[in-house]
Amino acid sequence: MAFTRRDFIRIGAMAGGVAAASGLTTDWWSLQARTIPDPKTDGDHVVPTFCELCFWKCGVLAHVKNGRVTKITGNPAHPLSKGRLCPRGEAATALLYDPDRLKTPLIRRAKRGQQVFEAVTWAVALDETAKRMDAIRTKYGPEAFALFTHGWGGSWFTRLMQAYGSPNVAAPSYAQCRGPREAGFTLTFGQGLGSPESIDIENARCITLIGSHLGENMHNTQVQELATAIGRGAELVVVDPRFSIAASKAKYWLPIRPGTDIALLLAWMNVIITEKRYDADYVAKYAEGFDQLAKHVESKTPEWAYPITGIEPQLIRDSARLIASARPASLIHPGRHVTWYGDDTQRLRSIAILSALLGSWGRRGGYILPSAMELPKYPGRKPQQPARAVADRREPSLYPLADETLASGVCDATIPGKAPYQLKGWMVYGTNLMQALPAPQQTEKAIQELDFLVAIDVLPAEITGWSDIVLPESTYLERYDDVWAPAYKEPFIAMRQPAVEPMYDSKPGWWIARELAARLGLHDYFDWQHPLDVVRWRVEAAGQSLAKLRATGVVQGARVPVSEEEGLALSFDTPSKKIELFSSTLASAGFDPLPDYSPHPQPPDGMFRLLMGRAPTHTFGRMANNRLAGAVYPENELWLNTLVAKSLDVKNGDRVTLENQDGVKSLPVRAKVTERIRGDCVYMVHGWGHTANGMKFARHRGASDSELVSRYATDPVMGGTGMNVNFVRVLKAEA
Amino acid sequence: MSKRYAMAIDMKRCVGCSACVIACKEENGLALAAFRSWVEIETRGTYPALALEIHSERCEQCSDAACVSNCPTGASYYARGGVVLVQRELCTGCKACVAACPYEARYIHHDGYADKCTFCLHRVEKGLLPACASACPTQSITFGDLNDPSSDLVKLLRSRQWKQLRADAGTKPNLYYLT
Ligand code: SF4
Repeated sequence: MAFTRRDFIRIGAMAGGVAAASGLTTDWWSLQARTIPDPKTDGDHVVPTFCELCFWKCGVLAHVKNGRVTKITGNPAHPLSKGRLCPRGEAATALLYDPDRLKTPLIRRAKRGQQVFEAVTWAVALDETAKRMDAIRTKYGPEAFALFTHGWGGSWFTRLMQAYGSPNVAAPSYAQCRGPREAGFTLTFGQGLGSPESIDIENARCITLIGSHLGENMHNTQVQELATAIGRGAELVVVDPRFSIAASKAKYWLPIRPGTDIALLLAWMNVIITEKRYDADYVAKYAEGFDQLAKHVESKTPEWAYPITGIEPQLIRDSARLIASARPASLIHPGRHVTWYGDDTQRLRSIAILSALLGSWGRRGGYILPSAMELPKYPGRKPQQPARAVADRREPSLYPLADETLASGVCDATIPGKAPYQLKGWMVYGTNLMQALPAPQQTEKAIQELDFLVAIDVLPAEITGWSDIVLPESTYLERYDDVWAPAYKEPFIAMRQPAVEPMYDSKPGWWIARELAARLGLHDYFDWQHPLDVVRWRVEAAGQSLAKLRATGVVQGARVPVSEEEGLALSFDTPSKKIELFSSTLASAGFDPLPDYSPHPQPPDGMFRLLMGRAPTHTFGRMANNRLAGAVYPENELWLNTLVAKSLDVKNGDRVTLENQDGVKSLPVRAKVTERIRGDCVYMVHGWGHTANGMKFARHRGASDSELVSRYATDPVMGGTGMNVNFVRVLKAEA
Repeated sequence: MSKRYAMAIDMKRCVGCSACVIACKEENGLALAAFRSWVEIETRGTYPALALEIHSERCEQCSDAACVSNCPTGASYYARGGVVLVQRELCTGCKACVAACPYEARYIHHDGYADKCTFCLHRVEKGLLPACASACPTQSITFGDLNDPSSDLVKLLRSRQWKQLRADAGTKPNLYYLT
């Protein structure tokens, strides 16, 4: 970790054997009266709710003492946390008590030629927001106003947009993150993977990670299950240009040349098919297109893949055999942030097809098919179908297989000529678009075209600085939200409820949305007084007790079969009602029906491919200002291969700046000179290099990868924005 | 028999996420700059033949503790289960213990006394696990009594290979790192 208080202490020579008790048999220490120090951080009461430090939404217990949250621990009753949290969830107190929080509504005003924010009352801020939204609705139609949203609290604003009549509701979590995965798996198996992903890590006997660095990426339950699987002797295969934490636990690490994963996947299929290691019965029973696939990969031998991927044929064969030997409990992990090169749907298709060959879909230790507890929708007034279609693409025929709105496309639609109609207003909830969307240069351009931008957030991230009005939301520890009941192998309903009163002049999202609705004449879409009215109705309609849910934070439903082993009959919602190894849907839309490898440009001499990832202590850029998480991981670093660093005369800890192919320069960032990365790429944790003045802790810590992603490669299948296509030069920062 | 508390920390399971570190800081109300536990990741070898060793570290609660034997005032002492504690009222903040500890586990609290991991004895006395062991998402940290042969701790130490850090320092540490 970046926190190095000391040099590493060498391990002594002793190892193995049984620990000898160390001979302290008399309790002479009790001769003197001593007191055991008790920090007394246990709450005088404990409030169960669910975390919002990332999208995983683990069940937590907030300890509250004298009106202050003293600590956050995992809720043992909650299936996603099982009493244990990731470091980010534990650090939530430092979000609640962040001195840099937005404390009051703000309005941009021009004063003596300068733009400044003025603190105003909620009444003024809401009146003004509603007036501006109303003006856009009247002048251009409701579709000219868009919502960008991230996080569970966004449901209230989505509802507001539906009532207002806009189809343009977008979350960067689709086209900037997991979209290609959902498309690739839907094309193959007829359904996507959702969140939490429907995978059974804990029962897998072999887990293959392709560019996913689980363990640094702290999806709590998945990491818990990974440790359980390792404890049970599961083997890991890790494909990553970087020697990740997971790679260090793997039987095989494949340090692949970035951008060539599809070639490796095809070669693995080649080995598994030619050596007849696939699940022939499963494939015969459930899949179609096997012959075409076999023919397609016939020439894709490990020898073919070697010069492309840089992975030796023997290693490709050995790893393929290990993967096949564990089937069907052989999980090729689908990853989550998978928008890399613009052919990502095809890469995820390859993963899906390989999983089908292993017979791991619908099987224990592979992909499982969980269901959710039934939780009827609150029966409010039904919004009308918006008059116009979403404006996230120039032509409706583009990205035919996208099944959610493209946030990047909605952003672009704000620039004249990029969409069938132009957007004039944005509401941005809980997402710092300057870091969440690629090419912030373009986002800035779009913002300049807006009549009105309102941001709703907890911290003064960069996007708030571009806003006309900023509305300070309460953190999850200070508010109610809707209940949550995802599809999961242990189905449950989880409760979001406040541990403490809202601090400062912050307000919960439900209140803000409802107040705006009232001012826009949409109050009858919010025909309740309090979110508990909604929650009570839904929970009781599901036959559950609200009192119990409030007391425990979670109610669990009956476990239903999630795999063939448990008696589930498999069915596939594809056109053929079978697993589509060969995709006629892709073929008729003009795409490769079987995934193919095509080369991506490699970095020119003196430049490196920029890769980004996660630190276990931080979620995106949302936690860069968290002083508790920051005590452990204070800033991101640029990972640079040792030999490369030597050639550039960069030493470990030196400050460097990066300049990309378009001349975009980063803030200075410390070099982490390491053997743990290939020489043709550099790596950094996403979400640093903040410039917003109000983020006093985060400001100017580390460098922003987003800024350097001035280019992206768009996935023609579903519109995902592949971001790993930028090359950087590493320059020594002036001292 | 009296208890002898110890920890086995499983380096195979541990991902070095620092949940233990933050849980410790929260449980014990530590200042932002103060740490009673920390994570070290050591890289061995050269690309591509590499290995990592990941340690969640803290005071080793040594049975022959250099901090106790070097404490001039008797503030550092062995409490129940052999846990090394500091009696704050007796501590003058002279730093003799800080210098003596081979594990650099101690620091001077802003109120002037020497501070370090207590194995969360205030929790253990109530039948709870230390905060780090309770929080660890990978269940890498097993706390228990070495004198209890039926404990998970002893079972782990019997069945697995382990190492100790700086065993050469001769202080009889009580953290075991499962390899
Ligand atoms: S994974 Fe961590 S941050 Fe995300 S919801 Fe769970 S505890 Fe919170």
